[in-house]
Amino acid sequence: MRFQCTLAAVAVAFAVPVAPLAAQVIAIEGGTVYTMAGPPIENGTVLIRDGKILAVGVGISVPNGARRIDARGKIVTPGLFESSTHIGLAEVDAVETTNDFVAQGPAGTATSDLITAAFNVADGINPASMVIPVTRISGVTTTVTRPEGGLVAGQGVVIDLAGSRLDDMLVKSPAAMFASLGDASRVAGGGARAGATLRLREVLDDAKQYAARRTAFERNETRDFAESRLDLEALIPVVEGRLPIAVEAHRASDIRTVLRIADEYRLKLILLGATEGWMVAGDIASARVPVVVKALDDLPASFERLGARLENAALLRAAGVLVAITTNTTHDARNLKQEAGNAVANGLPYEEALRAITLYPAQIWGVADTHGSLEAGKVADVVVWDGDPLELLTRVNAVIIGGRPIPLVSRQTELRDRYRDPAAARRAYGADAAP
Amino acid sequence: MRSAIFVLVVGVAAGGCAPGARQPTNKAPEPRAGPVASGDAFPSAYVPFPSTPTLIRGGTILTAAGDVIPGGQVLMVDGKIAAVGAHVDAPAGVTVVEATGKYVTPGLIDDHSHLGAGPSPAVPALANVNERTNPSTPEVWVEHSVWPQDPGFNRARAGGITTLQILPGSANLIGGRSVVLRNVPARTVQEMKFPGAPYGMKMACGENPKRVYATRGPSTLMGNVAGYRAAFIRAREYKKRWDDWEKAGRDSTKIPALDLGMETMKGVLEGTILIHNHCYTAEQMQIQMDVFREFGVRPRSFHHAVEAYKIADLLARDSVSVSIWADWWGFKMEAWDAVNANLALVQQAGARAIVHSDDANGIQRLNQEAAKGMLAGREIGIQVTDDQAIRWVTANPAWALGIQDRVGTLEAGKIADVVVWDRYPFSVYARAEKVFIDGALVYDRTDPSRQAVSDFELGVFPGESR
Repeated sequence: MRFQCTLAAVAVAFAVPVAPLAAQVIAIEGGTVYTMAGPPIENGTVLIRDGKILAVGVGISVPNGARRIDARGKIVTPGLFESSTHIGLAEVDAVETTNDFVAQGPAGTATSDLITAAFNVADGINPASMVIPVTRISGVTTTVTRPEGGLVAGQGVVIDLAGSRLDDMLVKSPAAMFASLGDASRVAGGGARAGATLRLREVLDDAKQYAARRTAFERNETRDFAESRLDLEALIPVVEGRLPIAVEAHRASDIRTVLRIADEYRLKLILLGATEGWMVAGDIASARVPVVVKALDDLPASFERLGARLENAALLRAAGVLVAITTNTTHDARNLKQEAGNAVANGLPYEEALRAITLYPAQIWGVADTHGSLEAGKVADVVVWDGDPLELLTRVNAVIIGGRPIPLVSRQTELRDRYRDPAAARRAYGADAAP
Repeated sequence: MRSAIFVLVVGVAAGGCAPGARQPTNKAPEPRAGPVASGDAFPSAYVPFPSTPTLIRGGTILTAAGDVIPGGQVLMVDGKIAAVGAHVDAPAGVTVVEATGKYVTPGLIDDHSHLGAGPSPAVPALANVNERTNPSTPEVWVEHSVWPQDPGFNRARAGGITTLQILPGSANLIGGRSVVLRNVPARTVQEMKFPGAPYGMKMACGENPKRVYATRGPSTLMGNVAGYRAAFIRAREYKKRWDDWEKAGRDSTKIPALDLGMETMKGVLEGTILIHNHCYTAEQMQIQMDVFREFGVRPRSFHHAVEAYKIADLLARDSVSVSIWADWWGFKMEAWDAVNANLALVQQAGARAIVHSDDANGIQRLNQEAAKGMLAGREIGIQVTDDQAIRWVTANPAWALGIQDRVGTLEAGKIADVVVWDRYPFSVYARAEKVFIDGALVYDRTDPSRQAVSDFELGVFPGESR
């Protein structure tokens, strides 16, 4: 009860036009703290100041005037990290104008451009998206918001799900180049997998040439390149191994092909999907390539996914692969913990599952210096749960993003509250003023 | 790791039920005499798998009939539930399943699936859900589209699904006839068909029909409604011709012309075929209730019903159930106003709430979807009990399918469809450990020989990968 009062106070305080961030000190006290950087801390305190974590541990003294959140009997974790989504770029799937994650023209037409490396999604992100509050009040605080489509889709970014301006949200841009090999991209190779790899090699070779001969290119003294100047520019950090390339592949043989190409060009590879990853887990592990999997994919939905099984995440991890778990959705990213929980039910050790939606994605997407664990100096993305964070009946008690307490409301909770009293439906429209 | 090679023992057992050796004959059979609407032309060939008297003891029993019995017992004899209670008298030699620390529930029922008709793999040759050639196709029967080798049936059984309704898709205003299946491994759809279960008729509101038929119509909601009413007017006339013929003494020289689609609609008018209406928004569901009232029928369930919470009182008043997701939203405008508390709010208003899947993945975890609905209720002070939540996936869908007297609860006399869960079924970690259909063990997580593998999946896991 006392806890709920504290939360209400937090929500009210938030509605008041913003105390300067610098003044905000928050202490989350008494919970079991899963820092992800070490064993859980019982009766721990997470101290937050200026949007950052100041200290985590037992017996930390809390400055006067700090906002205190009572987490006794609760679990405290880093905010959850969704590795593959269009959050911020997509509102209603079937309303075309609200979707800004494909920059390739109408799919399957002569005008579609299946290599759009220069496309960085960031400018299209809408901080006011209704999907953002729905997602963050479930405990997901950070996402990889990514482009989609073709052979090379473009550049994705890491964002925190709070803030009214893009600058407030952006954690890293670009975080990775996105590409795919398999059913989704064979059309880019004239309708054959090896055609798609031929195109991919051409693009990578051109980017290397371009990087070495930029001046000559400006003077028109190079051979023709298959891609535009902008695409080639965007690919330079990829061929130089500075920017990861995240490649979606599902069939075991496609995964091996991607590993081969990454090795040839010395790319910094992240595998996405990897439905049949467990069948080639040894190869992935020895290549030290991290994998982002959807834990619940267990159907042979296509001929490139015949080996789909629920134990994929567990088997990859057991083979030594760094595994992050994704919902690979936009509207359902709030079910990230359910994906992780099911991975546990199918063999992934519990704390590995928690790391697969916190620390490991932060490491994979190159933001572990600021995200993914509760450690001094990191951005204060913190969630307080009233039980096991992966359990379906566990409630989110508090969400803090960038040191700011987030009100636990969304368009959905407002709709719900308008109709929760069966007799109140008409009042919702102002009829309560009637006698 | 899954171990060894899965052996389809249950399938072999089914083969044992086939008629004995008979010489093939090419003599044409006599045409079937029954009325077209009854489905006699496509009789169920379902035969329960062999079972032995079995006592499940020690688990917490969620009966879905109001009782939660800690440390209780369920006795299954001859495919039926013989007794349920804190202690029951079991015959000597009964097979005992120890369930101490576990949970026992009725078999789960999904009243909205497209397994078999829109199977895995999702290739065009196997896509047989929507007859998108005419906005009104009551003449099609989805059982003629079902591929029993869809691996999704086996995955669903591992998730505790024992009965499911396969529906035609939602491209059409009137999509055709549904079929209710027992979720057993089988070679033919008729070996799965639930004997005696009523047929359903699929209808669809909203965006899908108007999008699919935008150029030929309907292209608006009012066009959709005109389409339903025109079909029902035709059906009423059709029915009258047949009723008049019956009353006039069934003159064999004046038999009215048969119409396949109108036969299904006549069944709807007579109440023997149940209406399952895909309909998302509050105002459209209300209009549908008016349409149905105009023709003297009642919908059995609104499916998807994302906005049911806005009109929960109207649904309760007319005893219409709603078959809904826990939290799907955002994929189109009519799914924009979703709230997680939909299930709880509908239940609070006194209407029947059902968790459905409409999805080959979701059907494997209806218990988890129910759990999310429970949580959403708690968040606004609606205490959904374990018994109520288990009804969302058992007794309530049984009612929607018109088979509530036969399945859906653990009560003496009902068909013995039972799931033993390894823990509290609303935990994310819970898994169905044993699944019984007609008292026969058709799935066992600990026994690879009781984990059916479809023909399609043979050869997928070559020996060296295991």
